[in-house]
Amino acid sequence: MLRIRLIEEGIAELYAEQQMRCPVHLCIGQEAVSAGVCDVLGADDQVMSSHRAHGHYLAKGGNLPAMMAEMYGKATGCSGGMGGSMHLIDLAAGFVGATPIVGSTIPISVGLAFASLLRGEPRVVVAFFGEGATEEGTFHEALNFAALKRLSILFVCENNLYSVYSPLSVRRPAGRPIYRLADGHGIESRQGDGNDVEEVHALAQEALGQIRAGAGPMFLEFATYRWREHCGPNFDNRIGYRTEEEFLRWREQCPVERQRRKGIENGWLSESDVKGWSDEIRDEFSAAVAFAKASHWPETRTMLDHVYSAANSPTVEVGRRAA
Amino acid sequence: MPSTYTMRDSNPTSMARELKYCQAVHEAIDLCMGADPSVYVIGLGVTDPKGIFGTTLGLEQKYGSSRVMDMPCAENGMTGVVLGSALAGMRPIMVHQRIDFALLAMEQIVNQAAKWHYMFGGRKSAPLVIRLLVGRGWGQGPQHSQSLHSWFAHVPGLKVVLPSTPHDAKGLLISAIEDDNPVIFVEHRWLHNISGPVPEGTYRVPIGEARVLRRGSDLTIVALSHMALDAHRAAQTLAGEGIETEVIDPRSIRPFDEQTVFESVRRTGRLLVADTSWRHAGFAAEVVARVAEELGGRLKCPPRRIALPDCPTPTSPALAAEFYPTANHIVSAACEMVQARAWRPTVVPTPFSLDVPDPSFTGPF
Repeated sequence: MLRIRLIEEGIAELYAEQQMRCPVHLCIGQEAVSAGVCDVLGADDQVMSSHRAHGHYLAKGGNLPAMMAEMYGKATGCSGGMGGSMHLIDLAAGFVGATPIVGSTIPISVGLAFASLLRGEPRVVVAFFGEGATEEGTFHEALNFAALKRLSILFVCENNLYSVYSPLSVRRPAGRPIYRLADGHGIESRQGDGNDVEEVHALAQEALGQIRAGAGPMFLEFATYRWREHCGPNFDNRIGYRTEEEFLRWREQCPVERQRRKGIENGWLSESDVKGWSDEIRDEFSAAVAFAKASHWPETRTMLDHVYSAANSPTVEVGRRAA
Repeated sequence: MPSTYTMRDSNPTSMARELKYCQAVHEAIDLCMGADPSVYVIGLGVTDPKGIFGTTLGLEQKYGSSRVMDMPCAENGMTGVVLGSALAGMRPIMVHQRIDFALLAMEQIVNQAAKWHYMFGGRKSAPLVIRLLVGRGWGQGPQHSQSLHSWFAHVPGLKVVLPSTPHDAKGLLISAIEDDNPVIFVEHRWLHNISGPVPEGTYRVPIGEARVLRRGSDLTIVALSHMALDAHRAAQTLAGEGIETEVIDPRSIRPFDEQTVFESVRRTGRLLVADTSWRHAGFAAEVVARVAEELGGRLKCPPRRIALPDCPTPTSPALAAEFYPTANHIVSAACEMVQARAWRPTVVPTPFSLDVPDPSFTGPF
C-alpha cells in the first residue's frame, strides 16, 4: 500500500513537467484493495484491470521501471510505448493486461479462466474493475458465463462512488447494493471495507480458498474513495460534483494511515520501519523515473511493427504495406 | 438445370473431388481441430441439429462438448471470453449465424481484439477467428442480410477474408485458424451450397493474395464474395458479346492484394467493382480509389461500381428482386464501358428466382 501510495504521489508530482503525455488515473485512497487482494495470489495466478490500473499492476509484481517508461512513452515501456498508463501489461508477473473501455476486461478475464478450465490449469484469475463497470452489459454477460462454467475467477469491484463526475444516485436504483447483482447471477458475493487492508485480505483469502476448492467464481465489493480527480494528478473537490467535507471524511479512513496506526499501536510496526520503507520506495521510484527519462523513444520506423503478429501468419506482406 | 451452381477455375486441374462450400468449411475446421487441441468452436447454434448450415455438423460428437459448444446470447461478452482464452493459448473459432449479430460485439472486436497485439507492444497476440454469415433471400430483411465487411476492413489489426469458392473457403479458413491475429471470416449464405474442386487434406490459401478467376483483356472486374459468382456468370455471357473480362476475387480485403488488381487494370485499362454491399464508403470505393491513385491517367473510361441501392434490405420478395444486383447488371455495365453500347440480351440468363440462390434453398433462413 505504502509503495503504491508513494509511487502515485511521485507520478502526481512529476506530471506537471508534462513529460508523461498520457492520461493517468490515480488510485490514491484505494490502495488497500490492490494490496490486500494481490497478497493472497500466487505467481501463476493472473490479474486484469481497467483504466485505474497502477495499483493492481504494482501489487501483482509488475515491473516498475517498465511502467514508468511506458508512461513516458519510451520503447523500454511495458507496452513498448504503444499503450501508456491505460495499457499496462507484465506477463511474467501474471498481469495479463489493462484496457480503459469500462467493463471490457471483465469478459476477457473470464476468458482467461475459461482457458484454464479447458487446459486443466489450476490458476485463479482476478478481474479488478470499478463500480461503473457493473452497469455495462459485458459485466453481466461475463458473470453469467463464469457462473455457468463455474470458473476459477474472483471479481473485485472497487466502489469509489463516482464514474468520472457521475454519482451512484444517477446510475442505479436506490437501495440496490452492487454486490447483490452477483447473487443474481448465482455467484456468491461479499461486501467489505475497501480502506481496511486486513479486511480486504481476509475476504480475498476466504474467496480464494473457496475458488481453489472448486466452488466457482466469487464476487467482492469494496467501499472506497478516489482522492484525486478521475483523470489527472489534482484534487478536484471544489469543482462542484462532490464536497470537500465528503473527501475529508474519506481521508480520515486513509487505508495507509489506518494500517500504520494499527501497527504502531499493536507494536508490530515502528516509525523507523515506515521511514525506512518510504526512503527505499522513493529511491526505487527515482531510479525508475531516471530509467524512463533516459530511455530512448520508439523509432518512427517501428510504428507499423506491431499491428499484426508476424508469427504463424501465412499472410502476404502484412503490416509494411498499408493494408 | 443443375440444382446447385458449380464454379470451376478457368484453369481446371486434375483435382477430381468436389465439395460444397459448406462442406469445405466443415472440413477445414475438422482438420484443424484434429491437428491442434487448442482449436475450439463456439457460437449460438454450433451444436444444434442443423450445425450452422452443415458447417459444424457432427463436430461435437467427434471432439466433445468442451471443444464444440453453444453459448449464451451474449455476443459482446462472449467475444471477450474467446479473446481472453486466445490470450491464454487457445485458438477459438467463434461463429455468428448473421454478421448483423456481430454488431453487438463490435467493442470487443474493434477496441480489444484488433488492438491487443499493437497496444501492448507486441507482447501478446490474439489468435481468433470470427465466422460471420451474410444472409440473403427468403425475406431476410433489414437486420439479417447486411454485408458489413467494409466496417471490419477499416480497422488495423483485423484481417478480413471473404472466400467465394469451396477451394478458397477451406484454404483460407485453415490459414485463418493458424494465424496468430484476429481474422474475420465472412461467408455469404448463398455460397454455402455451391460446389467446386477441393483438395483432400490440409492446404493453405495465403491471406492477402487475390485470385484471378478468369483471364481477359478488355475489362477488369473485381468482385467480392457472392458477386464473384455473378461476375463469373457475367463473364461467360460477355464472351458471347465479344468482350473478354478478367475477373479477380480479392478473397481478402485486409490485407488487400492491390498489385494483382493494378497489374490487371494496366492491361485492360478498365475497372468495374462488384460488391455485395452498399456503394457509399464501401470496399468498392477503396478499390476504385487505389486504382485511381495508381493508374488514374491510364484508364480508358471512368471506373464503375455495382452495389446495393442506398437503403436497408427490403423484405418483400417483390422488392428484393430489384434490390440485389445480378450478373445482368455486370454485363450491362461492361457493354457500356467496353463497347459504349447498351446490352440487348437475346436470352435473359437469370437461372433462378432472385429470392433464392437455387431450388434447394427453401427457407426459412
